[in-house]
Amino acid sequence: MAEARTGMVSAGDPSVGLEALAGDGAESSQLAGSEPILSVRDVGVRLSGRQILDDVSFAIAPGEFTGLIGSNGAGKTTLLRVILGLQAPSAGSVLVAGRPRSQRESTIGYVPQKFLLDPDMPMRARDLVALGLDGNRLGFALPSRARRELVERALESVGAGGYADARVGTLSGGEQQRVLIAHALIGKPRLLLLDEPLANLDLGGADEVVALLSGIAQRERIAVLISAHEMNPLVSAMDRIVYLAGGRAASGTTEEVVRADVLSALYGHHVDVLRVHGRLLVVAGAGEPSDLDGHEVAFPAAGEVVS
Amino acid sequence: MSGLLAAVTQTGFFADEAVRVALAVGTVVAIVAGAVGVFTVMRGQSFAGEALGDLGATGGSGAFLVGVGPLWGFLAMGIAAAGVMELIGIQRPRGRDLATGIVLGAGLGLAALFLYWDANLHNTTGATITILFGSVFAISSSTFPLVTVLGVAALGIVLALYRPLLLSTISAEMAAARGVPVRLVGAAYLLALAVTVALAAVTIGAILSTALLIGPAASALRLTKRPGRAMLVAGAIGIVAVWLGILLAYESYYWPPAGRGGWPVSFFVVTLIFLLYLISGLPARVRARKQGSHRGNASRVDVSRRTGEPRIESAGS
Repeated sequence: MAEARTGMVSAGDPSVGLEALAGDGAESSQLAGSEPILSVRDVGVRLSGRQILDDVSFAIAPGEFTGLIGSNGAGKTTLLRVILGLQAPSAGSVLVAGRPRSQRESTIGYVPQKFLLDPDMPMRARDLVALGLDGNRLGFALPSRARRELVERALESVGAGGYADARVGTLSGGEQQRVLIAHALIGKPRLLLLDEPLANLDLGGADEVVALLSGIAQRERIAVLISAHEMNPLVSAMDRIVYLAGGRAASGTTEEVVRADVLSALYGHHVDVLRVHGRLLVVAGAGEPSDLDGHEVAFPAAGEVVS
Repeated sequence: MSGLLAAVTQTGFFADEAVRVALAVGTVVAIVAGAVGVFTVMRGQSFAGEALGDLGATGGSGAFLVGVGPLWGFLAMGIAAAGVMELIGIQRPRGRDLATGIVLGAGLGLAALFLYWDANLHNTTGATITILFGSVFAISSSTFPLVTVLGVAALGIVLALYRPLLLSTISAEMAAARGVPVRLVGAAYLLALAVTVALAAVTIGAILSTALLIGPAASALRLTKRPGRAMLVAGAIGIVAVWLGILLAYESYYWPPAGRGGWPVSFFVVTLIFLLYLISGLPARVRARKQGSHRGNASRVDVSRRTGEPRIESAGS
């Protein structure tokens, strides 16, 4: 079975897309019955002569919690920008709720990477959340009871009610993360994109944010796509993993994707997947790191942990 | 203080037309500079504001040379400079300082030339003083309508773009994801900034114009944690500084050195802005002292966890 898949993968289809794994039945997460909220089809991005993404395909169903995993420079942020419609793909297409790039703002909530406000910025948590409601409109928002309650509810839903009146810049990384999630959620999106939300958090903080997002995905049927360079904090919560390496992607459940044969095909040379105390480690096997299509693949020395 | 009151009530402070025009212009400019300045500080564009003011000196001195009102010179040069800064990338934080510095250097050379000619051709340094350090008493009453129109325009831009501007100030990516045309909003703001700096330049001089833009806004940021309220507070602080400054300058006619015509109004305005900034830090200091015993250590841990290094100023002050 594994050999068959390896054969399939290396036979010219390095991006192990949904199609390649659809036959696996039981262990494959099923999209059947519900239309995908996000479908990425054969997306390629070329920026100033460099192939950032190459033939990336996957789909996400409503309410699915998906991890977009890859090392720095693997193309995670670029892929998120393509999905947001901020970067036009040079090949392929992206459909959000079945629609192409237009009026996408209302269906997608977005939490950017490296968000750090100055502590003296005059901006309370509730001001930032309210901007998620109508921050793109002209003029001032008229204060109203309905508006105040919406903001209040959004803050409560992420457990940030306790610091609604604090300046955002004075909050801790985890607290700011919650406020940003409330900002993204108040617009009632069907897809929530988060770019490296765990990067500045300690382990406990990361677990809390993952639990929060996973709960939101299940309760509100909002598809959550979260990028990370470290997959382990996400493994227990992930319905689906999209693994990026060298601009190419493999997608499926963790069991389907995080395997030596699939990832070796993706990296273009041999890697091993180890389980150590329940943690998944991807390590370089024997053999030289190689170039994929002429561009550098971020690849660790033998034995070094990638994820 | 009673001396000041006497000056207002007895010596016909309000009867003097120059004083009335100065107060009217100063009020309009303080309100606009307060609202626009809050965004200048939040966006970290203070250096751009300073550069626009300094380059205004080039325009003002050029206008003086050809016999046009300095406000037109401030305005034309400010808008042109803002356009150039926008074109060579002021929106990107990294390119911002570089672009501003390059434009600034080139412009100030011209200002030196124009001011030199102004001084030599008219055989007086009056133009130099007026352009660089301003005199709100020298503004003619016929200029007031123009000041008002420009002030309303600059304020209108910032108020109309309030929400998208705020969102793109916090995070350009978040704003873009919400469909805000970030570049366009930034360019419109830069235009409003250029007009505001020109107005501040005609009030307290090109070199000092950023004081009125940045000072009250920076004070307001210490006093309130709401962006809209900060704009109101900054305007109020600006008005206090301008009115008190005009009053003190009027009164200083009788101060030593005798027979020298008093002290310049710009000196008072800028000094008052500085004092008000110092005073605005007091409430936070008092609050920190009150909370320091039980909350100070906790916030220190939170902050250091986020940035990876301890930030002493947020815990200590």
